[in-house]
Amino acid sequence: MKLKFGIKEVVAIGIGTALFVALTQIQIPTGIPNTYLQPRMAIMAFLAAVFGPIVGAVVGLLGHALGDAMFYGSVWWSWVFPDGLVGLAIGLFAAKYAVKEGGFDKKAIILFNVAQIVVNAVAWIGLAPLLDILIYAEPVEKLFVQGAGAFLGNILIIGILGTLLCAGYSKIGAKSSSLSKED
Amino acid sequence: MAKILSYEEKDTWIHELSGVTKLIFFLLWCLTSMLTYDTRVLVTMLILALIIFKISQTEWKQVGAVFKLVMVFLVFNVLAIYLFSPDQGTAIYGTKTVLFHIAGRYDVTMEQLFYELNVVIKYFTVIPAVFMFLVTTNPSEFAASLNKMGVSYNVGYSISIALRYIPDVQGEFTKIKHAQEARGIEMSGKASLISRIKNTATIIFPLIFSSMDRIDVVSNAMELRGFGKHKKRTWYMGKPLGRNDYLAIAFTVLFSVAALVVTFADGSRFYNPFG
Repeated sequence: MKLKFGIKEVVAIGIGTALFVALTQIQIPTGIPNTYLQPRMAIMAFLAAVFGPIVGAVVGLLGHALGDAMFYGSVWWSWVFPDGLVGLAIGLFAAKYAVKEGGFDKKAIILFNVAQIVVNAVAWIGLAPLLDILIYAEPVEKLFVQGAGAFLGNILIIGILGTLLCAGYSKIGAKSSSLSKED
Repeated sequence: MAKILSYEEKDTWIHELSGVTKLIFFLLWCLTSMLTYDTRVLVTMLILALIIFKISQTEWKQVGAVFKLVMVFLVFNVLAIYLFSPDQGTAIYGTKTVLFHIAGRYDVTMEQLFYELNVVIKYFTVIPAVFMFLVTTNPSEFAASLNKMGVSYNVGYSISIALRYIPDVQGEFTKIKHAQEARGIEMSGKASLISRIKNTATIIFPLIFSSMDRIDVVSNAMELRGFGKHKKRTWYMGKPLGRNDYLAIAFTVLFSVAALVVTFADGSRFYNPFG
């Protein structure tokens, strides 16, 4: 896998972060206290799938920190880093998804979802509560309940909305390059 | 549309400081506030934060809406801590002074109240610093200063583009949302969970696709102007660090070190008035 970092990636990080921040305001309550579906996570997963791990990680880190600061006036650092980790891990397989080339088929969908479920588990049930305990010394039970809530919310929204976004964009991408040579 | 914090031009020495100085202050300040649970340090930080906030001439109407939201989160968090762990204070301070009993395992103890007071002060030390950083830092100047500090200008540009496009993307989001609502798509809590996800998708799809176009347009424009061709570039808004910048950075570093020394002097990050 080669890491590409050109003009497109610079701009994708910028505008992707802006998207992530702007979408911070949509939070869909699930009925479980303190657990929201965050469409911004689906956006990050999509950008990571299209542009790769660096864009995914930076959009997660920068977007989460900026979004929290701008909308909530404080930055919960122990949740910023897991977000970056999710973006990074989903982006690692960007070449395999081939979203832009119209290759986001069943196999890619399965890979995308396996990747996102595994990394979300690591990030929200493992890393986030661990950082919370180290940094904020809050009660352990509360943190793991919150972490489990975030895990469920994120795999749901990335699984549904993220997959749909990649599939939809992949279809459009395919159309522009679907000309075949006539004999 | 929710009002968010954004830069506003004013004439104070805090606005004059380089964005990098304010970033260093902001990060170290957050770090110190995160690490310490020492009430004496936290109260000092709170007072300093309020003074800095006052000097930056930030007005209530710039930050009021966000502040109210933070308060809601704060209340929820404090209640949740109590709900999950009413004896956290006892676990930390090692004593148990019961004030009165509620039900089951829920006692109200001095230790718990004191611990939660520390959590609240922690929030209040960070909030003014966040507000100050966001409303006094000019995004263009910030990107330029980052590069001057030796950060790759690609990174500076990414941040600058992010800050530049947040209002645009937000405006577009609101436009699409209104258009979909005009077509009768329900966005409020009245719809069921599945249909809310679907309805959110009707906003996000157009927003994503137009943003992908925007990425193409902006990156093509930058490519045409030769962005990334050379190792260095010049900046219109860049300015070197001045005397005040060095003083502010020195103060921040000294303060953080001192705060941590005081905090950990007795081997624990908590200040224990019960012992």
